[in-house]
Amino acid sequence: MALVTNVTSFGRTGLSDFVLQRVTALVLGAYGLCIVGFFAVADVSHASLAAFLAGTAMRWFSTAAVVALGVHAWIGMWTVGTDYIRQHAFGAGLGGSAFGLRLIYQFGCVAAIVVYMAWSVTIIWGLA
Amino acid sequence: MKVSIYRFDPDADEKAHLQDVEVELPEGRDLMVLDVLELAKSRDPSIAYRRSCREGVCGSDGMNINGKNGLACITPVSEAARGGKLVLRPLPGLPVIRDLVVDMSAFFRQYERVKPYLINDAPPPAEERLQSPEDRAKLDGLYECILCACCSTSCPSFWWNPDKFVGPAGLLQAYRFLADSRDTATEERLADLEDPFSVFRCRGIMNCVNACPRGLNPTRAIGKIRSMLLTEAT
Ligand code: SF4
Ligand code: SF4
Ligand code: FES
Repeated sequence: MALVTNVTSFGRTGLSDFVLQRVTALVLGAYGLCIVGFFAVADVSHASLAAFLAGTAMRWFSTAAVVALGVHAWIGMWTVGTDYIRQHAFGAGLGGSAFGLRLIYQFGCVAAIVVYMAWSVTIIWGLA
Repeated sequence: MKVSIYRFDPDADEKAHLQDVEVELPEGRDLMVLDVLELAKSRDPSIAYRRSCREGVCGSDGMNINGKNGLACITPVSEAARGGKLVLRPLPGLPVIRDLVVDMSAFFRQYERVKPYLINDAPPPAEERLQSPEDRAKLDGLYECILCACCSTSCPSFWWNPDKFVGPAGLLQAYRFLADSRDTATEERLADLEDPFSVFRCRGIMNCVNACPRGLNPTRAIGKIRSMLLTEAT
């Protein structure tokens, strides 16, 4: 069932999406705490923040957080799209194609997420 | 008392409208919303709605009463019409056939989909399939559903995807059979539910619990199905 809409879902099943959504939330939560912790205890300046983020472990952690954010965002945006961009929500409009509009929306979301992820990774690792 | 009733006649009307009907309420006695509707119908016999048992058992008079889904026959007017006005609309999200009568096909398709019957291919014993009192107790809060659709038609996830999301009523029944010690199709039942829509569209906002006139809790049953899916996968 639901082949057309399922092929664009991130995980294989609703179960894997559900688990991924929660695991990525945990990663993001931990990362958030780590950053808040830095601002709470460190002597905050541009230099100290730059040094903190430049450690190899921290770079990997930031990368993991960016990836987690990308996955989390995609599952969320996909869900929003399949809830609201629906034929019956538009009545007879759209020339009968909520499906086409949803594909455009999904493409836009993926493009934005990929660009942001790539951009963040170049910043985290200091690549030009 | 003024009662506003949603009117739609597919043969005559392009659009639905609310019709105000003035009804005389008896002094010193609280009526049920269904009684008021009968009074309104005695004024205007063209008003259409479903009803049968008039005591909250058959599930046929589910409707939207002052913004909240419920059974007209067991909702006291004093409770529903706090502001002195009663507004009756059909259950939201389903196609209206006429006035307060909706087409429940989408609702029943989802009910059918969860195979709401016992599956057990073992040869039946001479008398009956026995169940311990503890196992029987697991079905409490599940079997009492009267399929009135008050829950599913108050659920936004069901409004958006009535063809793919089973909805609270169907999922309550899905769990009723997953929880039954005599049923042997647990694995197949779970496999049918693990896609991104059937169960996982539930966002846990509990409109269903709020609406159920029998006081049942579909959200808890949905949580149990999720846990079963998780356990099954690990
Ligand atoms: S808890 Fe789930 S099933 Fe109940 S109304 Fe909310 S989304 Fe629908
Ligand atoms: S769970 Fe409650 S509201 Fe939903 S169909 Fe059953 S009795 Fe009606
Ligand atoms: S008439 Fe049967 S439930 Fe209300």
